Amino acid sequence: MTRATRSAFLSGLVQGAPFVLVIAPFGILFGIVASEAGWSTMQMMAMSVLVVAGISQFTAVQMIADNVPTVVVILTALAVNLRLAIYSASLALHLGALPFRQRAVLAYMLLDSSYAAAVSRFAVEPEMTGSEKFAYFVGASMPIVPVWYAFTWLGGVAGRAVPEEYALDFALPITFIAMFAPLLRGRPQVAAAVTAMGLSLLLADLPFGSGILAAALGAMAVGAGVERLGEGR
Amino acid sequence: MDATIWTVILALGVGTYLIRLSFLGLVGDRAMPDWAMRLLRHVPVAVLPALVAPLVVWPAATGGVPDPARMTAAFVALAVGAVTRNALGAIAAGMAALYLGLWLY
Repeated sequence: MTRATRSAFLSGLVQGAPFVLVIAPFGILFGIVASEAGWSTMQMMAMSVLVVAGISQFTAVQMIADNVPTVVVILTALAVNLRLAIYSASLALHLGALPFRQRAVLAYMLLDSSYAAAVSRFAVEPEMTGSEKFAYFVGASMPIVPVWYAFTWLGGVAGRAVPEEYALDFALPITFIAMFAPLLRGRPQVAAAVTAMGLSLLLADLPFGSGILAAALGAMAVGAGVERLGEGR
Repeated sequence: MDATIWTVILALGVGTYLIRLSFLGLVGDRAMPDWAMRLLRHVPVAVLPALVAPLVVWPAATGGVPDPARMTAAFVALAVGAVTRNALGAIAAGMAALYLGLWLY
């Protein structure tokens, strides 16, 4: 590691550090929700290590608990993660020149938080070399990815200790709401959210949880349409 | 149920990794078409509300009977999150409203 890559790694570490405050409670909550749904520690840890994408993990736990067929669970949870493709496309502009092996490593660590840290840094410092960008990204992921594992485990332990009258069944819906509410910035987002809720309630009787998937697809189309109209073409 | 859980973990793990690798894995810097970006940008505000709405209106814990405490908590979380843009604050406010509501009703 040269001096420059080491300093890039450290500066990534510093920028990633505040995300501990977001990831830790989230990880605990995931552990609690999974353990209340009857998941073993092994299962929740395997999921946090292999998937590393909180919202989709919550989605999968919830849908499995609702006895939704496996294929629909997988499709819906993957749909939640499609936003990662946008991050991937946006980072490819900065990291496309790195060796494939390094890009394959970075892909594993690509999350909302690491993306946010990296993209803001790369934009203001375009003169960073490829290996500095790699080091920065790995540094920024260190306070995020391992923290996600650790706090999932902690939540799993805590979940067994929390009595039922604390109504933690409702921690999950509240968390989902808290995640999308800040995104309701303009008409397209509000239109999408309202469509999603309305369709999802209307289509709740469709078999195999497919109503949620249909509602989400319809809402994406409405959001995109409203956005396009707003731009006046 | 165990088999389902493990199948979902593996499929979701592999699928999510491939989504992450999608554009990073390609050589060069290809951009996504405009309409695709437009749709993808709206994934979070489409999927999450669709998941949440039935959970709020027909909570499993009350056997699917609408519950004023949970409904109020959901509105509080939504309002606080939309106004402050602070997710952790919205969770705290929502849970506080839930406990207050459960105690009141």
